[in-house]
Amino acid sequence: MTALLETRGVWQRFGGLVANSDVSISVGRGEIVGLIGPNGAGKSTLFNLIAGVLPPTQGSIWFDGEDVTKLPAAERCQRGVGRTFQVVKSFETMTVIDNVIVGALVRNTVMREARRKAHQVLEFTGLAARADVLASDLVPAEKRRLEVARALATEPKLLLLDEVLTGLTPTEAQTGVALVRKVRDAGITVLMVEHVMEIVMPLVDRAIVLDLGKVLVEGKPADVVRDPKVISAYLGDRHAVGA
Amino acid sequence: MDKNFATRRRRDLIVAAVLAALAALAPLFVKNVYIQNILVLTLMYAALSQSWNILSGYCGQISLGHALYFGIGAYTTELLFTKFGVLPWFGMLAGGVIAAVIAMGLGYPFFRLRGHYFVIATIVIAEIGLLLFQNWEWAGAAMGITIPVRGDSWLKFQFMRSKLPYFYFALALCCVAWFVTWWLEDSKWGFWWRAVKDNPEAAESLGVVVFNSKMGAAAVSAFLVAVGGAFYAQFLAYIDPESVMGFQFSLLMALPAVLGGIGTLWGPVLGAAILIPMTELTRSYIGGSGRGVDLIVYGALIVAISLALPQGLVSLFSRSKAKGATR
Repeated sequence: MTALLETRGVWQRFGGLVANSDVSISVGRGEIVGLIGPNGAGKSTLFNLIAGVLPPTQGSIWFDGEDVTKLPAAERCQRGVGRTFQVVKSFETMTVIDNVIVGALVRNTVMREARRKAHQVLEFTGLAARADVLASDLVPAEKRRLEVARALATEPKLLLLDEVLTGLTPTEAQTGVALVRKVRDAGITVLMVEHVMEIVMPLVDRAIVLDLGKVLVEGKPADVVRDPKVISAYLGDRHAVGA
Repeated sequence: MDKNFATRRRRDLIVAAVLAALAALAPLFVKNVYIQNILVLTLMYAALSQSWNILSGYCGQISLGHALYFGIGAYTTELLFTKFGVLPWFGMLAGGVIAAVIAMGLGYPFFRLRGHYFVIATIVIAEIGLLLFQNWEWAGAAMGITIPVRGDSWLKFQFMRSKLPYFYFALALCCVAWFVTWWLEDSKWGFWWRAVKDNPEAAESLGVVVFNSKMGAAAVSAFLVAVGGAFYAQFLAYIDPESVMGFQFSLLMALPAVLGGIGTLWGPVLGAAILIPMTELTRSYIGGSGRGVDLIVYGALIVAISLALPQGLVSLFSRSKAKGATR
């Protein structure tokens, strides 16, 4: 079976800065894949390329057996790419349920069905009690959750999570982890960018480490954390020697 | 929750029906022509502001150039009537369609602009439109067009003896604009527009085609405003560029919505009901030399409202903060 998502030799340059160089990764159906790496490794850029915010300078992106390199974000969403944003982008003047309805409208043209779908998603993500609250009145952890809910309402095949677990309290993060598992169990493939290794590593099936815009290491989380190259990328060469 | 939502929608509809019925009875009590005139203008501006609100309130693309569409509606109707004998009813529709097409044509380059740059572009374009009409000989240039009197009739939508037919038309237009808004509010378009206003990037990631949403809002908004312009031309029986395309119309479409509550269902009607009679009355008390004093008065009012009630006057009516803001 072909991979759900594949990037083939993707480059992204911003003027003289190379954010992604020759990145080829693939994500299989039903996987939870973690995309990790130190600050400035090019994770967010790669994410934006996959979501269709901007086209890559070079290379191609394949989703569900199709070349989607030239498709804008809205069309990728229609094909089944859902995403959250690292800096939350809620529709602040709308209620929680209305935020989610926007997502649900991708697959449900009848309002009543979109609304029903949105309520289901709120149940699923544990936000049902907050349905009629304005998005601007949510606490940060709830806003993160709303980002996930909105993306889930588009009924994605692939969910891109951009640091949804970062900056949460340990309890909130644990609830987040449980939600990600639940999402995968619902048959949705997950690609997540995370900073916090100790939270991500037990969660993901596979980890891809980016450093300086390149894929550094890829493999099982247990192997990846022991890899000297990864340790040196995160902590500096001095620490890698002992490992 | 769904029940609350459905109840609120139905309640809005009932309140609107009651208000419309009461308004329809107003001429039974108001015999004074001057007051009737104010009522006609109030209803017209309520309708215009409601239409403006679709693009600028719901979709968040603030336009201060809607006078252009108003003027296009007026000119299309009168040019077709005086030059080709086309009945104003058809002229009205033609004006609406032309305005919608122009709005989309202008949207094509300008919807790439954001925030203040978009606002400035709308002002400039409307001024260019005004200049073009002032110099267009065939369309009467600065002299304008006098609409020939053909006797009172609904067919020609012309009434010299009574203002009542205009009153009922303005009321109908206001109801249509309100109902269109009400209907769109709970539609895919309504949700798309609000998403675009709040965060275009997030909207795009959820499958909203931002550019098309703006185009749709612009077309609906311009169409309704042009119908209002056609009405106004018939009401005045004489048009020139300044009297149907002047900048004040752009302002008078925006201000009621801002005062009442921008991007809300009831804001424009409420705002117009307060602002327009006030303007007309100040103008008549201060006299002809006081042109502009009315603007100072509502400038002050807008400042006061934005400081005290940034959500507009409608926020006074919402029982809880959360409920009111869902509109």
